[in-house]
Amino acid sequence: MEHSSRYIVLFAAAVCGVCSIFVATAAVTLKDRQEANKLLDVQKKVLVVAGLMQEGEDIDGPEVTLRFDENITAKVVDVASGEYAAGVDAVSFDQIAVAADLATSTEAPTNRARVRRVPNQALVYHVAPGGELRSIVLPIEGAGLWGTLYGFIAIGADGRTIDGIAFYQHKETPGLGGEVDNPRWKALWKGRKAFDEKGDVRITVKKGMAGSPETDPYRVDGLSGATITSRSVTNLLAFWLGDAGFGPYMDRYRIERGI
Amino acid sequence: MSKERDALLDPLFNNNPIALQVLGICSALAVTTKMDTAFVMSLAVIFVTAFSNLAVSLIRNWIPSSIRIIVQLTIIASLVIITDQVLKAFVYDISKQLSVFVGLIITNCIVMGRAEAFAMQNKPSLSFIDGIGNGVGYGLVLMAVAFMRELFGTGKVWGITVLHPVNEGGWYVPNGLMVLAPAAFLLIGCFIWAIRSWKTEQVEEEFHVGALLELGHESHVR
Repeated sequence: MEHSSRYIVLFAAAVCGVCSIFVATAAVTLKDRQEANKLLDVQKKVLVVAGLMQEGEDIDGPEVTLRFDENITAKVVDVASGEYAAGVDAVSFDQIAVAADLATSTEAPTNRARVRRVPNQALVYHVAPGGELRSIVLPIEGAGLWGTLYGFIAIGADGRTIDGIAFYQHKETPGLGGEVDNPRWKALWKGRKAFDEKGDVRITVKKGMAGSPETDPYRVDGLSGATITSRSVTNLLAFWLGDAGFGPYMDRYRIERGI
Repeated sequence: MSKERDALLDPLFNNNPIALQVLGICSALAVTTKMDTAFVMSLAVIFVTAFSNLAVSLIRNWIPSSIRIIVQLTIIASLVIITDQVLKAFVYDISKQLSVFVGLIITNCIVMGRAEAFAMQNKPSLSFIDGIGNGVGYGLVLMAVAFMRELFGTGKVWGITVLHPVNEGGWYVPNGLMVLAPAAFLLIGCFIWAIRSWKTEQVEEEFHVGALLELGHESHVR
């Protein structure tokens, strides 16, 4: 069948027109649901690392939001100074957009976690069930073996002790580096010290087994068969809890509390 | 009716898109470490092949042959975007695990292969059924591979622990190879072997270069 060029162009235009109507309809009608899912996803991750929700616990959206709103307050922090950013609404704060925008992020100093840019302002979460501050949840990320690890760490109200850690997105080898998700390994972090008395970051993932949190507070068991992933976790914590990350914020927190 | 039945059932074993036609291997490697992701991926592919076949068949008499491939691709790409949007809206967690592989359904040879080889010549209802059949045929292999990989790689079936792994205090030492992509190659190879031992007519004759040009050997052309 031979067709004129005119027919071909018109036909192509018609197909594109019809297809774009379908795609646009799907994108527009589903947008609200997707946005709600994204927000819910962050809330779930924070709840899990704060110990207020079990991983894989099956609770529906409204319940997650309720549990989050009851126990957790999001705050926007000015990363470099460690002060709370005045006049920024934490609810509408778009962390991903701020981190991606060159105008609102700063080039990171050379670091072993291979973090390239640090957002000028970042969301931290105060976990206060029943009104009393129990922990502060900070976002962490850094290069692993196959890709970037994204997660949260919860630091207890004393500003030093680790209350929990969780990675919600990574590409590590399942069964080896992927064991960063293993609840047994994550449980080893609780009670260990991220900072020493002077406020320096001391926590490391060692090769082999570490002692109990009381006798060996600055070290965590390495993941067997995953030396690079273990080292990556050490590096990314050193970065995000250090001077270029949330170090100034944590310093300020400890000074304000006199601890 | 038998034509419809053939269109639906043939792709399951007699003319399986992965096992016989060896199409769509790439995504079969990537999404088969766990059964739930493999299942959602299968559903997505069934949806896309069925509706792209239907849409292409509906307009088959009007498509100018000079731009037919790009027209098919436009339709497939639109369906894939819609699928991706729906997954993000309703099964967010799984859509995150599938990440780019939903988008890559566009490049899945099964979808375009069926549009070009079947939907261009057959009526819409039959093409739709053929799309479902091929999607299910793909899904069957995906689920079989995912079952083996999840069971031996992590000791679980559909997320439920069956073989209690050592690092959680049990006895089973997970097979690290199973969670890596090459394991899917081995398993798909075994699957093809099993099917061809059962249905010996699928065994290819000794292959020579000229075979590509002979009639009746279209299945060699990827």
